Amino acid sequence: MHQKNNVRYLYLVTVFFITLSGFGQMPIFKRYYIADIPGLGWLARFYVTHYMHYICAALLIGFSAYIITGYVMAGRKKSELTVTGYLRGALIAGLIATGILLVIRNFEGYMFSHNFIIFLDLSHLALVMLFLLTSLYCLIFKKKWSRDSNQ
Amino acid sequence: MTGNISRRSFIKGGLAACAVAASGIPASAAGADKDKQLATLLDIGKCIGCGACVEACSEINAEKYPEPKKPFPRMYPDRAKPEDWSDKKDVNDRLTPYNWLYIQSADVTVNGEQKTITIPRRCMHCVNPPCVKLCPWGSAKQLENGISRIDPDLCLGGAKCRDVCPWEIPQRQTGTGLYLDILPAFAGNGVMYKCDRCYNRISEGKPPACIEVCPENVQEIGPRNEIIKKALALAKETNGYIYGENENGGTNTIYVSPVSFEELNKAIKTGKGKPHLKAVSDSMGKANNLLAALAIAPIAGIAAAVGTLYKNSRRENEVKRDAPKE
Ligand code: SF4
Ligand code: SF4
Ligand code: SF4
Repeated sequence: MHQKNNVRYLYLVTVFFITLSGFGQMPIFKRYYIADIPGLGWLARFYVTHYMHYICAALLIGFSAYIITGYVMAGRKKSELTVTGYLRGALIAGLIATGILLVIRNFEGYMFSHNFIIFLDLSHLALVMLFLLTSLYCLIFKKKWSRDSNQ
Repeated sequence: MTGNISRRSFIKGGLAACAVAASGIPASAAGADKDKQLATLLDIGKCIGCGACVEACSEINAEKYPEPKKPFPRMYPDRAKPEDWSDKKDVNDRLTPYNWLYIQSADVTVNGEQKTITIPRRCMHCVNPPCVKLCPWGSAKQLENGISRIDPDLCLGGAKCRDVCPWEIPQRQTGTGLYLDILPAFAGNGVMYKCDRCYNRISEGKPPACIEVCPENVQEIGPRNEIIKKALALAKETNGYIYGENENGGTNTIYVSPVSFEELNKAIKTGKGKPHLKAVSDSMGKANNLLAALAIAPIAGIAAAVGTLYKNSRRENEVKRDAPKE
């Protein structure tokens, strides 16, 4: 139980910072004075937020693999995903998939067409907006990820 | 000539890309990419600073210049300031949305002799351009031949490309572009402009305007590997220095100079719209080096989960085994 909570908090911290650094990819924090708040200047430094987004992505992928493996190996007897659990899982999967393709895009070379890159950029943004809205809904209406579990 | 070279490099590049796609590895890992990019060599020892290239650039690309609508929509918060060059189209001593190439000059001593060195400056066309890769909307694009250009129909003018460019090359004009149709008061601020290496002329098999008009043949264009070879040979022959081969992880603009770039950098005027000549480390490389962490992450996650389950089941077995004794 103790360990489960630790994983949960680390997961939440990662999701918080990956979202923040993700929004930092758009030139908004400086324009809207958020980077002026003491301690938040780094939000306007694109290479800092970019690097941080990658580190958080590695953590998020690691946690996701940890949770999925645990879920699959424990079988459905112990817990079962709820509808909102499936929805959030699918949105995170979409974010990871588009994110991986964007990481590949960032290597040297012409690999994807311009339209596909635009699609990746916009869908990554749309997916995170949907994820945030779903998470807000789940927070307000106290929806859990799975039945018979504390997560 | 250029047409032949670029066509040949297209075919070569295409084959390399197919091989890379088939093997499933990123092009960079296969080292195929740099070969299909076009690069320019600038022998700045030959430049006389006549400015013909600057004029030709303006003439040929005038049709691409912005025609902003005035007055500009009010922007909020106040920090978002308009950048307007539409009344200063003739400024040619720096980069502007209406001037994508300018001549920098440096008074230096060469072999004990006072000399003014003139250096044509514009976008370096980086091999892995951060302005393109880090544009949040895909408005900045890199073409297969390595040219980077900003699509004026898609750019919102947030100027992130200028912030992430090691030379701060792209320049903003407010009052034009897509942002006017979205939320001009709250997001965007025009369109960013810079040298697009006359991509339309290149696709027609013609050389960039600045190369074509130069009376001293300062510049030449060709596949990157051939240009690098020529630059190295020229530097060796003239005892010269090279800039652009490794800057920012490698660019497609290779300068060869009789004076070291450190010295030139001290002698030129730098600042807004006036790029420096300092050494530059690979901007995209830092995050790209985290690939290993990204690749290991799922394996580590799975291993940790298996470990936890194994520990738990062992504990459960121990509890079961110990239970009857109590
Ligand atoms: S046209 Fe040639 S010689 Fe004249 S300034 Fe340009 S590069 Fe130098
Ligand atoms: S020099 Fe700057 S604007 Fe030009 S390709 Fe490199 S990063 Fe982009
Ligand atoms: S390549 Fe074309 S756009 Fe670029 S500086 Fe030369 S003339 Fe101007």
